[in-house]
Amino acid sequence: MDDREVILKVENLSKQYRLGLVGTGTLSHDFNRWWHRIRGKEDPYLKIGETNDRSTKGESEYVWALRDINFEVRRGEVLGIIGKNGAGKSTLLKILSRVTSPTTGSIKTKGRIASLLEVGTGFHGEMTGRENIYLNGAILGMTKKEITAKIDEIIEFSGCERYIDTPVKRYSSGMTVRLAFAVAAFLEPDILIVDEVLAVGDAEFQKKAIGKMQDISSGEGRTVLFVSHNLSMIASLCGRTVVLKNGEINIFPSANDAIKNYFLFNDRGAIPNPNIRLEIPNSRGPKILECATLNFQNQLKETFDGGEKIRFKLSIKRDKNISVKFSIVCFIYNQSENLVAVSSSGKMNNVQYDSAICNSVLFELNSTPLVPGNYSMRIVLHIPGEHNFDDWTNCSSFSIIQHDILNTGFQFHSIWKPQLYLEVEWF
Amino acid sequence: MNYAKFNQMKLEKSFDEKEDWLYEISAKQPLFDFKFKEIWRYRDLLMLFVKRDIITVYKQTILGPLWFLVQPLFTSVIFTLVFNNLGSISTGGVPAFLFNLAGITAWNYFAACLSGTSNTFRANAGIFGKVYFPRVITPLSITLSGLFRFGIQLFIFIVFYVVYYFQGMRLGFSWKIILLPYYILCMALMGLGLGMTISAMTTKYRDLTVLVGFATSLLMYLSAVPYPLSEAKEKFPDWVVDYVVWNPLSQIIEGFRGVLLNQSGTDGLTLSYVGGISLLLFLTGLVIFNRTERSFIDTV
Repeated sequence: MDDREVILKVENLSKQYRLGLVGTGTLSHDFNRWWHRIRGKEDPYLKIGETNDRSTKGESEYVWALRDINFEVRRGEVLGIIGKNGAGKSTLLKILSRVTSPTTGSIKTKGRIASLLEVGTGFHGEMTGRENIYLNGAILGMTKKEITAKIDEIIEFSGCERYIDTPVKRYSSGMTVRLAFAVAAFLEPDILIVDEVLAVGDAEFQKKAIGKMQDISSGEGRTVLFVSHNLSMIASLCGRTVVLKNGEINIFPSANDAIKNYFLFNDRGAIPNPNIRLEIPNSRGPKILECATLNFQNQLKETFDGGEKIRFKLSIKRDKNISVKFSIVCFIYNQSENLVAVSSSGKMNNVQYDSAICNSVLFELNSTPLVPGNYSMRIVLHIPGEHNFDDWTNCSSFSIIQHDILNTGFQFHSIWKPQLYLEVEWF
Repeated sequence: MNYAKFNQMKLEKSFDEKEDWLYEISAKQPLFDFKFKEIWRYRDLLMLFVKRDIITVYKQTILGPLWFLVQPLFTSVIFTLVFNNLGSISTGGVPAFLFNLAGITAWNYFAACLSGTSNTFRANAGIFGKVYFPRVITPLSITLSGLFRFGIQLFIFIVFYVVYYFQGMRLGFSWKIILLPYYILCMALMGLGLGMTISAMTTKYRDLTVLVGFATSLLMYLSAVPYPLSEAKEKFPDWVVDYVVWNPLSQIIEGFRGVLLNQSGTDGLTLSYVGGISLLLFLTGLVIFNRTERSFIDTV
C-alpha cells in the first residue's frame, strides 16, 4: 500500500446540470428553490435527475454530470483521467480548479491547485510575450516577485526568446502554447491539472513537456492530474488511472488496466470475450499452459501502439509419449467478437512443432492493420484435418491504444471507426 | 480514566485532521464571506489587470489617450448650449462651461465604473471558465483603471480652470478641496457595488444589460449633472425634488463640483449619508457577486 500522504480528497462529489434552454422555466424554478430554502427544506430539484448518458433520451430536465465521486490522490502521484466525451471529465476538472462549485459533496486539499484547462488563459494579443508571462502567471496565482525570479527560465523553456517582446497576436498557435505551458510548468503548485494541452505543439515540445511533467511529479514530489485522449501518453505517464463513465468513477491501479476497461466501455453493450476452453475428449498430446504478450525486447506488455511488433510467448505442456508434428492456429478477435485475422503456422507458413520436444513457441505479429481497441486470441493446437489437441478462446488479450504510424497526429479511428487499417500509398 | 484519555486523543486527532487541509471546496459557503484576505493575496494580478486595461485600450490608434478628452469636451459644449444658453439655468456665478465640465467629469467616472463592472461575468466568461482567482479582482481593476481616464479628464478641467482664471475669473479656494478623494471613493464604491449586483443578475437574466445602457444616461439627468441642486429645488415638481435631493449621486456630484469650484457648503451629515450609502451598496454588491461567482459558469 502506498504510504505517501493524501493531498487531495474528493468526497461524495456530485454535480447537477439543467438541460435545455435557460428560459421561462428558470424564474419559477428559482423561486421554488428559494421558497424551499427559506423554509429550511432541501432543494426540490436535487432529487430528480438521471445519470449522464449523452446518447439516450432522458425524461428529467436535470442531469447528474457527476455522481458520488470518491477518490484520493497522494503526493507525487500522476493520476490519469480518461473517459469518452461527455463522461464528466471536464466537469470534474472544473470543480477541482474552482471554476464552478459542486452541487453536493466536497473536495479537501492540502496544496495549491493550478489548472491548465486550456492554455493561454488570459493571454492578451496586444501585449508582448513578456507582459503576457506576467499576466498569465498572476492569473494562475503567482506573485510578481515569483515570476520575476523565474522569467529567464520560463522564456528559455518556451523557446520563444526571439519573439518575447513581440505582441502575442503575431505568434503562431504552437508558440502560444509553448509560452503558456512554460508559464504553467514553472508555477510550482502542489497539484497541477493538465487537460489536453499537449495536443498542440510539435514532437520536440511534447517530449519536453512530458519530461517536465515527470520531473514535477517524481523529482519535485508534486502531484499531477492528467486528462487526455492520448492513451499512449496516459500509459507512459500515469500510475493509477481513473475511468469516468456517465458521471461515475472507476479507479484502476495501473494505466494499462484502465485503458483496457475504457475500450470495453467504449463499445455499447460489448462484453469481454468469454474465456472458453474446449474440452477435448481423449485428451493427450500438447496443451497450452499460458500465452504471454511481449514487446520486441521480450518484456511483458499488454498495451501497444499501432505498428508496434507484438510477440506472443506460448508455453506448452508437452506430452513425451506422443511424438507428432502439430501446427498452431491463432485467431484474433476484436472487442465486438468479430474475427479480424487468422494465422496458421502449418498450412500458411509451413512451420510445424514436435509434440514430444516443444515446450515453448514464440511468434510475432505486426500490429499495423489493427485499429485501437481490445483484442483477444484464440489458439488452437492441431494436426490439420485430423485432431485438435487444444482449443482455447481468449487465452490471451492485448490492446492497441494509439494508431498514428505516420505521425500525423490525426486520430482517424475515433472519427471514422474502421475495422482495420490498410497501408495505402497515395500518388 | 483510560477511556477519557482515549477520547481526548481522538478529539485531538480529529482536530488535527481538520486543520491539515489547506482549503475545502464544498457545496455550501457562509453568506458573509468578503474574502478580503484572498483579494490581498492577488493584489499583483489586480495591478497587472489595471496595466493591461490602460495600455491595450488605445493600441493602434493615432490619438491614443487624447480620445478621453473628446467626449467630455463636446458634451460640455452641448450642455452649455442647451441648458444654459437655451434653457437659461443659472450656475451660480460660475462659467457654465466649467460647471458642466466638472459635472461631466465626475459623472463619467461613475458611469464608467457602473457599465464596466456590470458586464463582468459575461465579458470574462472565457477566462473565468478556465481558471480560478477571486473574481472580484476584475471589477476592482476596471474601477482602478477608470481612475486613469478620470485623471486625464480632471487635468483637462484644470487646464480650462487656468484659462478662465487668466480671463479674470476669481472663484477662490478653500480647504474643502481635500474632500475630493472622498467623493471619488464614494463614486467608485457606488459604481462598483451597483455594477457587481447587476453583473451577478445578468448571468441568468440578460434583460438587465439592455436596461443598464439607457438607465445610466437617464439617471444622469436626475443626478444634478447639468444643473445645480438649488435650481432643481426651485423648478422641479415636489416629488422629483425629493428624489433628486435624496439621490446620493446628486449629492456626490454637487459636492464634487462644490469643492472644485468653491460653491455651496458641504455639511457633515450629507457626507456621512453619501459615504454610508456607498459602503452599503458596495458590500451588498460584493456579497451577491461572491455568491454568484461560484457557479455562474453553469448559467451564463
